[in-house]
Amino acid sequence: MVSDRAYLKGARVGAGLERLRAEVARLLDIFRSGGAVLVEPEALQPAEVLLDLYGEEIRARAFMASDDRGEMMLRPDFTVPIVRLHMDSGAEPARYAYCGPVWRKQEAGSKRAREYLQAGFEVFESGDPARSDAEVMALIARALDGAPVDFVTGDMGLVLAAIDALATNPARKAALRRHVWRPAKFHALLRRYGVEHAGLVERRAAMILARDEGRLPAMAAAAGPAIGLRTLEDIDWRAGRLAIEAATPALSAGEVDLLEAVLGVEAPSGAALDRYRDLSAGMPGLRAAVDRFAARLDALEAAGLDAAALPFQASFGRTALEYYDGFVFGAVAPGRPDLPAIANGGRYDALTRVLGRGRGIPAVGAIIRPEALVALTEGME
Amino acid sequence: MTALKLGVPSKGRLQDATIDWFAARGIRLSRSSQGREYAGRVEGIDGIELVLLSAGEIPRELAAGRLHLGVTGQDVVREQIPAWESQVEEIAEMGFGFADLVVAVPAFWIDVEDMADLDSVAAEFRARHGQRLRVATKYHALARAFFRRHGVADYRLVDSQGATEGTVKNGTAEAVVDITSTGSTLRDNHLRVLPDGLILRSQATLFAARNAPWDEEARGTRAELAARLARAPAPVAGGSA
Repeated sequence: MVSDRAYLKGARVGAGLERLRAEVARLLDIFRSGGAVLVEPEALQPAEVLLDLYGEEIRARAFMASDDRGEMMLRPDFTVPIVRLHMDSGAEPARYAYCGPVWRKQEAGSKRAREYLQAGFEVFESGDPARSDAEVMALIARALDGAPVDFVTGDMGLVLAAIDALATNPARKAALRRHVWRPAKFHALLRRYGVEHAGLVERRAAMILARDEGRLPAMAAAAGPAIGLRTLEDIDWRAGRLAIEAATPALSAGEVDLLEAVLGVEAPSGAALDRYRDLSAGMPGLRAAVDRFAARLDALEAAGLDAAALPFQASFGRTALEYYDGFVFGAVAPGRPDLPAIANGGRYDALTRVLGRGRGIPAVGAIIRPEALVALTEGME
Repeated sequence: MTALKLGVPSKGRLQDATIDWFAARGIRLSRSSQGREYAGRVEGIDGIELVLLSAGEIPRELAAGRLHLGVTGQDVVREQIPAWESQVEEIAEMGFGFADLVVAVPAFWIDVEDMADLDSVAAEFRARHGQRLRVATKYHALARAFFRRHGVADYRLVDSQGATEGTVKNGTAEAVVDITSTGSTLRDNHLRVLPDGLILRSQATLFAARNAPWDEEARGTRAELAARLARAPAPVAGGSA
């Protein structure tokens, strides 16, 4: 029906719409009571910004539009538009509240909504990140009070710290960090640096030897002329990196197992913390991140949540569109596979650095999907 | 009664080979005598209307259900029709129009042996050149899905509707996703196919549209056609339009 909207039948007219509007107003009031100012970013965002951030894959996820002024995308979420708004004009600290539609292309054949509302709250503040994380989650929990949802949390900071803690060369760590959001590729890299390392070294021996003996340009020229923007110098530079890679010992099975153990933790937060304390005994580089995890649990407890009991999944947040690099959380509706997560949020300090061209500011935020929330709670009262 | 609409490429080798293929199965396709009109005649079986279309348009017409059957390449069907298997069905692979869709890089990239290398090159290229590595192609959806499956990031697709193999030499791309039959055109343009860069093996195929108006008449004609196709083809000495 034309009057249907995401997860709600007939809610584009009359009583259905008013019910939804009232819910959105209630959410925005809660966010404003948390100190937020109302913002309304543009629906059309410069395609180049999103392409630079997410790569070509975003074309399969976001709707494109263009005119003589260039290629635009209908915002697939609010995080990037709000970071842009903040970087352009915002003073620190800042808290923002917003609600509006986002648009996502879905897989062919999928019945998932292409257009749906997000109501959100974002905090841009240096200072105590644990307190800001807890502030956002507590506010979302308040907004969802009474709704039958289960919270789940994760911590991309622990994942990234575990990568940094590996006793290996910086290039491997950079590649693993770059692909942390693509679990299949991430594991392919672990194999490449581990069990497949010896085979790769052998395959590359001739090229590395040629480089050592100054024959690399001749070797490349024999294969073909230099075409495209990638130059012979680029190849020589990479061959140098591959020589370092070849000379670096393979990741041991023990290191890979330890990393997998960090990535595999799934337990109530209190028990997860104990597990990470144990793991950091064999991985000292993990300690600072574990301390931050502990501080966040204290802050969540202080904000009125039962922190130790909060479900924790280390893998949570690794497949999202977002650029989360710290605390992540979501609220899902058990027994309602027809509904998406009712809320999602997390910390995205790195995103602000990328969009701010190096000038970053710690940021954490979350969204609620009001249509899904109404669909979930409808008929409950 | 509804005639079953059969879409066939309107020109070139693909049309000639299609005519020969049907002729070997006792069905004679010919263009209408009013040479400019893109319609034709079918003899040897009743109830089929011939529609001549560019091979590139046939997938769209099949997906829309405006054709019942159509002859085109598997590559264009998979590229143009999202979730193609829910829209069309493959009736018969026809044994011509063979083409591989492949990822090819400059032959002088002696440090790149597979898709994983291409990914690390893309990351380094972006860091060193301040822009994403350009990959020229006509097959955007297939290229993007394949790159995602191989975890390749930090590239940019550049649209190329023809002579894609020349784009690197001409300085508008660093790599290509292109169709090749023997690889010689790519080699002539100093490109090398990555061993794990085979995206798809394609050939001309007779497709049926799931969304076409399959009334009793059309279903009957299809069953008759299927019976003909099931018989061994007879050798034919070249057909003509």
